[in-house]
Amino acid sequence: MNMETSIPASVIPSPVVRDGAGLRKRVRRTFRQIRGEGAFRSLLLIAGGLLVVLVLGILLTLITQSLPSIRLLGLKFIWGSTWNPVRNVYGAWPFLLGTLLTSFLALLISIPFSVAIAIFLGEYYPSSWFAGALKNAVELIAAVPSVIYGFWGLAVLVPMVRQLEARFGMEQPLGVGIFSASLILSIMIIPYAASLGRSMIQMVPGHLKEAAYGLGATHWEVIRHVVIPYTRSGLFAGILLSLGRALGETMAVTMVIGNTSILPKSIFSPGNTMASVIANEFTEADKTVYLSALIELGLALFLVTVIINIAGKKIIDRVTNE
Amino acid sequence: MRTDHIKYRIGKSKGFRILVFVLAFACMIPLAAILFYIIKAGIAHINWDFLVNIPRPVGEKGGGIVNALLGSILIIALASLIAIPIGILAGVYLSENSKSRLAYWCRLSVDILQGIPSIVIGIIAYFWLVKPLGGFSALSGSAALAIMMLPIIVRSTEETLKMLPPSLKEAAFALGMPFHRVIFKVIIPVGISGILSGVMLSIARITGETAPLLFTAFGNPYLSGDVTAPVQSLPLLIFNYATSPYNDWHDLAWGASLILLVWVLFLNIFTKLISAKWKVQL
Amino acid sequence: MESTIIKSRNFNASFGSNHVVKNVNIDIPRNHVVAVMGPSGCGKTTYLRCINRMHELIPGATCRGMMTINEEDIYTMHPIFVRLKIGMVFQRPNPFPNLSIYDNVIAGYKLNGIKLARAEKDRIVEHSLTRVALWNEVKDSLMKKGAFLSGGQQQRLCIARAVAMEPEVLLFDEPTSALDPISTSTVEDLFHELKANYTLIIVTHNMQQAARVSDKTAFFYMGELVEYELTKDIFTNPRDSRTQNYITGRFS
Repeated sequence: MNMETSIPASVIPSPVVRDGAGLRKRVRRTFRQIRGEGAFRSLLLIAGGLLVVLVLGILLTLITQSLPSIRLLGLKFIWGSTWNPVRNVYGAWPFLLGTLLTSFLALLISIPFSVAIAIFLGEYYPSSWFAGALKNAVELIAAVPSVIYGFWGLAVLVPMVRQLEARFGMEQPLGVGIFSASLILSIMIIPYAASLGRSMIQMVPGHLKEAAYGLGATHWEVIRHVVIPYTRSGLFAGILLSLGRALGETMAVTMVIGNTSILPKSIFSPGNTMASVIANEFTEADKTVYLSALIELGLALFLVTVIINIAGKKIIDRVTNE
Repeated sequence: MRTDHIKYRIGKSKGFRILVFVLAFACMIPLAAILFYIIKAGIAHINWDFLVNIPRPVGEKGGGIVNALLGSILIIALASLIAIPIGILAGVYLSENSKSRLAYWCRLSVDILQGIPSIVIGIIAYFWLVKPLGGFSALSGSAALAIMMLPIIVRSTEETLKMLPPSLKEAAFALGMPFHRVIFKVIIPVGISGILSGVMLSIARITGETAPLLFTAFGNPYLSGDVTAPVQSLPLLIFNYATSPYNDWHDLAWGASLILLVWVLFLNIFTKLISAKWKVQL
Repeated sequence: MESTIIKSRNFNASFGSNHVVKNVNIDIPRNHVVAVMGPSGCGKTTYLRCINRMHELIPGATCRGMMTINEEDIYTMHPIFVRLKIGMVFQRPNPFPNLSIYDNVIAGYKLNGIKLARAEKDRIVEHSLTRVALWNEVKDSLMKKGAFLSGGQQQRLCIARAVAMEPEVLLFDEPTSALDPISTSTVEDLFHELKANYTLIIVTHNMQQAARVSDKTAFFYMGELVEYELTKDIFTNPRDSRTQNYITGRFS
């Protein structure tokens, strides 16, 4: 504890002399930086606020632009089953029905596959090489652009469906239609539910599963009675996100659905979805009401997908915070 | 009897495993089919001429997609220029002020933006840029794509910065650094690979987007570098030529599809490499 | 001849409604080593972080009272000035992982945007590393990232980083608690050498360390400053029973 014996550091010369000029220079610079600090904080605030303004602006634009159609058509817009811009009649029911049919059919087809992938990756083989391959494949499915799905659907899937329809003796085997669109969509939406489901399944606490194994349960019984109940809301959220994706998907559907405004009679009929009719007719809409009616479809699509996505996110947040 | 029952249960368990196995791998079939078909149909049409020429009119053989390639690059570069600074700043805002009221609304907005169908964003860009500027333009297409990039960049920036140890920021503050320097010189450089992988992911995501470009960038059969004029892009070209009734144009579209696919896959693999590197660093 | 550099009067600090530093009055003499000790949760680290205004970086943190450096009120100065005058070294070594050893030493200049000539930089790096007795160990690998250094070397690098800014005061927040005994002794040796140029305030929950390295020792308990005396007096002849209990190990 004797300080006097330690080597005095003063023998080493100080590199920065604390003289007047150096300090003044540093002070000036520091003042500049303090001003910069305030500016930067407001810049961050602006960037954060911009996102909110952006969303509000989108909502506002959609509402104001669809006002002419809302005023003129009212509720008839939703239930009207005739869409004939030439005669100025706009009933969106065929598109609502087309959207619902394609989305739910796609969901129905994809659920077994996405749940199987989630269980496979989350429970059976979380870390083997072929699980890695499957995981990459699922990511690849999400990465392929929708226009390429559409083109492939048009060139390969549609002729196959056409043959199928001919074999079942349909009068007009077109190939294009709601069924083809659903098939394409079902492939495209697999990754959303699968990857979310996988991470949810991996979150199941090991001690719960061990408790069930300890009681003599088989792997299937553990999955059925522990894993699935525990992840039910997470799987549901994944399915919701898939649905949101299916409702808004435009290009692939537009390319294979047949694009007709006639109310579909069966799932093999050609049709249109809300998104595909916007894609097809937006640049042709020459009348204010026509354009406005299309935007009203966009507004409806916006609201529905926003609600579905927010609901899905809320469920995920709740599950992951538990 | 009892052993029979146990055998039955074990059998059921095995059966379920096989079912899951089959279903899980069944989705690789369409994926493989699509990849195989695109490669088979596209590879024959790709050569040097294909990459450096503009499309020929119907009836003439040959022609290429250089207008779409350069157009895509132009639109994506412009979109990145808009979205990357705003997205990173907003991400920094969220990680620095994670409990403020604005941050709550900002996060909600990001969630909403992520879920908006791309066609709706096309409508918005039409009313915000195409109509006021008096015509379709590359700029309006870029703005639409920038809106789609934002949520991905904001989220990845926020998540990355939140994972950095607080001691890093303290060390910087203790040296008397002003806030903006702490962010730009320490926080962002340390988290750069996470932020970068978010940026790459967002670019990969928008590269194949067609719907928001239909009534913004619109498409253009000729080469154009003017940001206020309509411009062609790869996905738009594929859509327009694929839905045309001409075989020559279908061939062009197959070639373009293969190029787009390779491009998107390359971006995705690159993103993975970056994020893998990032994990090692932390 | 003993002049005061840091002075606090009726100083209080809280996290929200949790009052963690209560009415602290202290005079820190220039060019001395002052140890701040006390059981965990006694407010010693919070008090330390108030001195260079790191405390306020935590959301919900507030403080009241007077804190001065050279008779100037720290809380009317801009925090950046304060932190340039009062450097800090943290519990865990935290060199910047994206910078080389060389750049870590001059990080304060580099990251503050202060341009220096190459020769000047070299001089500061060598000088600062020499001061922390690290120069000979790393002079051949200055351009490498600091990750391969041992914990003690990393901590000395962090001290060099603070020293390079030529502050007047250096704060140490349990600087050796994450280090092994050998690294600890290399860091402790430094304190004696550094006090010729700087005033050192060291928070520690290790009594032996306080006794080994400091000239004066402050004992905090439940947010209060119980006793503040010359180190040799406080350990041999504590006036307060709580201090007595602490140094005889009756609570930790």
